Amino acid sequence: MTAAPGASSLSLDHLTRRFATHTAVDELSLEVSPGEMVVLLGPSGCGKTTTLRMIAGFIAPHAGDIRLDGSSIVALPPHRRDMGIVFQSYALFPHLSVARNIAFGLEMRRAGTAATNARVTEMLRLVRLDAFATRLPRHLSGGQQQRVALARALAIHPRVLLLDEPLSNLDAALRQDMAREIRLLQRGRGITTIMVTHDQTEAMALADRLVVMHDGKVQQIGPPEALHLRPANPFVARFIGGSNVVQGRIDAGTRLVLADGPALALAAAYHGAGHCATGHVAASHAIAAATLAVRPDSIRLAEPGRREARTEGTVELCTWLGATLEHVVRLSPGVAILARGPGLGPDAAPRHAAGTRVSLHWSASDEFLFDAGDRPVAADAPHFTAAHVPPPDFTSPPFTPPSCTPPNCTPPNYTRPTSPRPT
Amino acid sequence: MTDALARVEHTAVSLLVALGVALIGVPLLLTLYLSVFDEKLILFPPHAYTLGWYPAIPVTFGAPIWTSLQLGIAAVIGSLLLGVPAGIGLSRHRFRGSRLIGTLLLAPLTVPGIALGLAIYIVLVSIDEQTGTALTGSLVGLVLGHILITTPWVVRLCLASLATTDRTAEEAAASLGAHPLKVIWRVTLPAMRPGIIAGALFAFVISFENLELALFLSSPGVTTLPVAVLQYLEYHIDPMVAAVAVAQTVGIAVLLLLLDRFVRLGRVVR
Repeated sequence: MTAAPGASSLSLDHLTRRFATHTAVDELSLEVSPGEMVVLLGPSGCGKTTTLRMIAGFIAPHAGDIRLDGSSIVALPPHRRDMGIVFQSYALFPHLSVARNIAFGLEMRRAGTAATNARVTEMLRLVRLDAFATRLPRHLSGGQQQRVALARALAIHPRVLLLDEPLSNLDAALRQDMAREIRLLQRGRGITTIMVTHDQTEAMALADRLVVMHDGKVQQIGPPEALHLRPANPFVARFIGGSNVVQGRIDAGTRLVLADGPALALAAAYHGAGHCATGHVAASHAIAAATLAVRPDSIRLAEPGRREARTEGTVELCTWLGATLEHVVRLSPGVAILARGPGLGPDAAPRHAAGTRVSLHWSASDEFLFDAGDRPVAADAPHFTAAHVPPPDFTSPPFTPPSCTPPNCTPPNYTRPTSPRPT
Repeated sequence: MTDALARVEHTAVSLLVALGVALIGVPLLLTLYLSVFDEKLILFPPHAYTLGWYPAIPVTFGAPIWTSLQLGIAAVIGSLLLGVPAGIGLSRHRFRGSRLIGTLLLAPLTVPGIALGLAIYIVLVSIDEQTGTALTGSLVGLVLGHILITTPWVVRLCLASLATTDRTAEEAAASLGAHPLKVIWRVTLPAMRPGIIAGALFAFVISFENLELALFLSSPGVTTLPVAVLQYLEYHIDPMVAAVAVAQTVGIAVLLLLLDRFVRLGRVVR
């Protein structure tokens, strides 16, 4: 990421917006550095689009502030905010040619004919639509319309580029091309960018930092790797990477007992679990409610009766998808686990027919435990550090926590907006 | 469904279509037929045929046609000036009483023309009495009355065309630096062009054909074509009136066809 000279910083400060009785955006705070690309990610209705529309000025927040390079813009109307926006529907002007669409913002700024024409030519070349300058938008394909919308937004040298689900109207193949194109453009020009999407693959591909939102609240902010490796709560674990999420109670810090019976042997020990969850001093042996998240691709299946098995279950469904092989394993009437392994090549996972018993395996670094308040619970000893993350190693001996290490009870707080961003 | 049933159904549909075409077409054809009778009174069968009634139209109805044209154009301009901004405001902003205003703007459609004509006449007379103006029987009075009955059509058609256009284009324009008025001028109005053209056309036709208002509001110097035709019919029953009807129908049909080439009226008027 290289910030262009003069790239703007944007800060959202406890932004709140209600619709009737429903709080669409709840005290959202976010600092966006010059030249950074931040992606707001969440299911529909999580408040991400409302946030984007507040930044653009189409909706006024009920509380909080929006600052561009340190000065508040919350009172400015949209046409005085210098934001380039690309809409999901592209929102091109249907009666104007491609070139006139791109020139629109420059005309509004009275840039002068010569300067406008030069900029339009530059933009057309940038999005490789030189040959289409005189066409009307309706004579272009979806991908081409998208590029016109991008060129139109970039032509005005926006201080911030806002992208509202820019890829969701494109078909899958085009979407990946366009994602790369947007990323290269944004990086090459160092434009501060905020994108909204519900697609986590898209978000991963584009973001310097992700903001995962749910019910109007920020769940976690951080680089994609950090969210992947250290989800802040079960929602993030489920949303990023589609983790299996099971609820139960911690027994002796090493077992998770599910509500309807079976117990899972945890890969790491969590003697601090009770302590963190309740705050009681003598809680190291307490049984505390907890949530476990394990990503499908971290789970390895083997014949039953193995040592080091986390638990056992019955294969319900085995689906071969080419590159991947998926098994649905039922642990109990109420709990089924999805496991995913490579479907092809020398490392291809063995297939287990429906109805067979299997044991489930995963390593300590792939297991995420959360307490009753959905805060992460640290294992007795850190099994990874921010600087170095060991790759999942299924052949290594079971992890034994060193007894001298004190319980680490402080969950890393990635949701704090003012925390410095890893570079 | 059996073949026989399908055939019956097909025949029934064809018959109904034919009946509909006949209902619309026969009076028109009959009028066209009457307009070429070479008779002083409408007698059947005619002794001879002539096209002589047509050149006589401007001689007899020249002044009323001119009045009606002026009136129609003024009503179009007036109702566009009122109706287009009203349409934009009602479709783009939800404010206290916006529904009420929407209903009020469409209300004249529901009031019988005669009642409206009488009401406007009474209002104009009392205004004249109070202020000493001469609105009653003047072209200005007629124009005001016609704007009242044509504006609902303009508002309706503008609302219809705005409902189908993408609002985000307006937001895009604003984000590109366009002032709200500039957004309307450069994005909203071009998007509602078909609706505006259709609204203008409807307004003109409604004004041009209106009899009920003009019955009350016209005066010897200011007579519209429908009123003039009615007055003519009181003393003459000759094919002249049929010729006027044919000329008017053809004129409006040509106007419609021309406009349809520029905007697909079928897309706006549903």
